Amino acid sequence: MQQPSIEGQSTQPRVALFATCLVDFFRPAVGFASARLLEAAGCRVEVPDGQTCCGQPAFNSGDDASARAIARQVIALFASYDYVVAPSGSCAGMIKCHYPKLFSDDLDMLEQARQLAEKTFELTQFLVDICSYQLPSQQLQATLAYHDSCSGVREMGIYEQPRSLLTAISGLTLTTPKEADSCCGFGGTFCVKYPAISARLLKNKQTALTDTDADLISGGDLGCLLNIAGGLRRAGDKTKVYHVAELLDGCAGQAGIGEDKG
Amino acid sequence: MKSSARDFSDNAEKALLNPDLRRALAQVREGFVVKRAKAFAELPEFAALRRLGHEIKQHSLEHLDYYLERYERQVIAAGGQVHWAQTPQQARDIVVKICRDSAAQRVIKGKSMVSEEVALNEALEAADFEVTETDLGEYIIQLAKEPPSHIIAPAVHKTREQVNALFRDHHKNLGGKRDASVAGLVNEARQVLRQAFLKADVGITGANFLIAETGAHVLVTNEGNGDLCSSLPRVHIVTASIEKVIPNLEDLSVLLRLLARSATGQPLSVYTTLYNGPAKAEQGAGPKEYHVVLVDHGRSTLLGTEFREALRCIRCGACLNHCPVYTAIGGHAYGWVYPGPIGAVLSPLMLGMQEAHDLPHACTLNGHCQQVCPMEIPLPSLLRRLRQRGFSDRVDGRRSRWALQVWVILARHPALYRFINDVGAWMMGKVARGGVLHRWPMAGAWTRYRDLPTPEGSGFISAWKRGDRS
Ligand code: SF4
Repeated sequence: MQQPSIEGQSTQPRVALFATCLVDFFRPAVGFASARLLEAAGCRVEVPDGQTCCGQPAFNSGDDASARAIARQVIALFASYDYVVAPSGSCAGMIKCHYPKLFSDDLDMLEQARQLAEKTFELTQFLVDICSYQLPSQQLQATLAYHDSCSGVREMGIYEQPRSLLTAISGLTLTTPKEADSCCGFGGTFCVKYPAISARLLKNKQTALTDTDADLISGGDLGCLLNIAGGLRRAGDKTKVYHVAELLDGCAGQAGIGEDKG
Repeated sequence: MKSSARDFSDNAEKALLNPDLRRALAQVREGFVVKRAKAFAELPEFAALRRLGHEIKQHSLEHLDYYLERYERQVIAAGGQVHWAQTPQQARDIVVKICRDSAAQRVIKGKSMVSEEVALNEALEAADFEVTETDLGEYIIQLAKEPPSHIIAPAVHKTREQVNALFRDHHKNLGGKRDASVAGLVNEARQVLRQAFLKADVGITGANFLIAETGAHVLVTNEGNGDLCSSLPRVHIVTASIEKVIPNLEDLSVLLRLLARSATGQPLSVYTTLYNGPAKAEQGAGPKEYHVVLVDHGRSTLLGTEFREALRCIRCGACLNHCPVYTAIGGHAYGWVYPGPIGAVLSPLMLGMQEAHDLPHACTLNGHCQQVCPMEIPLPSLLRRLRQRGFSDRVDGRRSRWALQVWVILARHPALYRFINDVGAWMMGKVARGGVLHRWPMAGAWTRYRDLPTPEGSGFISAWKRGDRS
């Protein structure tokens, strides 16, 4: 879907930031960074406080009735905005790819779900594809290993966007870990339902990431990053982990995910 | 084969602790995956071909009755016989009867997943036939008395050392010096199998495709063993499931190009053979009898359901090779004939939700399988649909249902949600030292294997509402 770029629009678009439940609970810094980036890209940002979660835990557990109820709530909450942006490929993907499927036999809701799907984006996708945002000049001497999260890369087609933004940071070198788009083992409820399998997947991912000798690890989904950071800390590895929004916002000096604030 | 899908979690945990298995499975990730990627990188028309392959199989399924009847007529016209087996039991009975009627003693087999599905070997052995698997992988697992762990590489879970040990045990009558290299082991198996080929009365093979237009069955192998099974014994039996039928040779050419590349990264397998009925009088050599046993086993019912797309599967194994769960735990943990993503779809449908309820859940929904499936089967969506079925049939655990319902109530009540969210984040932030928690009540499954990064201390939404901007 090709959306008109918002550059040169006379009125600022009203953008709802869908922070996601994980950012809300674990890492508000990602929410603040996302809001700042969106504002810098020319948006009027609002954070509707009726937001909870996109409903994936119910949807992925096969509880469609509950997923539908939550989807209705999300659709109503965001209906009036020009755009909805989430710092997560997985939650944006839920709205964009799966909400319409939930209402296949309710024409009225289907239409509303489609409208929301069309204006919902993952953060880096929105910044690059819709806002044509150019990062202000900034510097960070480091090498970075980027983890492409599964829903981001395969459901939403996000690959170039974070890279094109990150390469604008001078001094930052991007490395590609082996099997960069393979799953880190998080998988929502999967990681607690099958912890041993999840741990093996995480181990494989950790090895691929640390083999790059990068100073920083980043990605676009907090679920994966909590998992990866948790694995690294347990192994005594202090490599810093940030959500991509934090790096783009220039917060790499602050404590990373799972790092002591000191 | 008897299912142990019920014990999935235990089986998986055991598999994870097996270092030999880990070594063996590394070959899958490094071998098949890399070779497939290279093969398709050299095929610019891959996307178009895949679309076409998808349409051919979909069309065949939509007109399955027509093509099956046409296929049957053509087989009969070529002098062969067609037998319809609705259940595994019927399939076993039919094959045993054919073997008995032809006064056979020795049976050799080429690789056939559907024969595993209907547990044919057990039935033949119980009826006192001497059965020898002739595909090298199948032969290895027959000696080891194990089921296959991969749909195209049944012994992929075995290391060379394990195969060597197995051959030492079973080939005691072979003289001469033994060579434990891969080539040496292959030669050793070849010597043993040659005798079996020459003595066999009946050859049983599967079929990769059945051609409605000509009545031929198509066999794709890399070892040529299938061809010996089809041409040396006096009776040839083909076991095939009903969804293998496709309209014509034109369609076959499309599917063959997709199959070998998806499976092993080869442009074409080493042997691709089409067989039409028994040997004609003027041919001299070849089987005198030619039977096709068409197995349904629930497939015609599946056709009418939301799971019909699974029937497009051409058993290439790509979804297994790219599945992070399969490549971590191997095929046996899935507990039945078909492992990996396609197995996690087929097993609950064929064995029942009760038996295999874990399988659709043991997936991170990462989508890699769908991305590589040459038939564009939406495996993650099918797995999700099975989860729905499990949820409405209440086959999943009480604890996880309960936890989910509590969470749903919270998610549907934003004010309450906010309160619990913020109190939780604050408490965890207070308790934690050093940025992570090593343990936390109710997060045991997480903290058993990794630390839990601590929340910063206050929820984002509330902080924003208060006017905080960083
Ligand atoms: S589901 Fe697709 S990828 Fe998996 S074995 Fe079948 S055809 Fe191959």
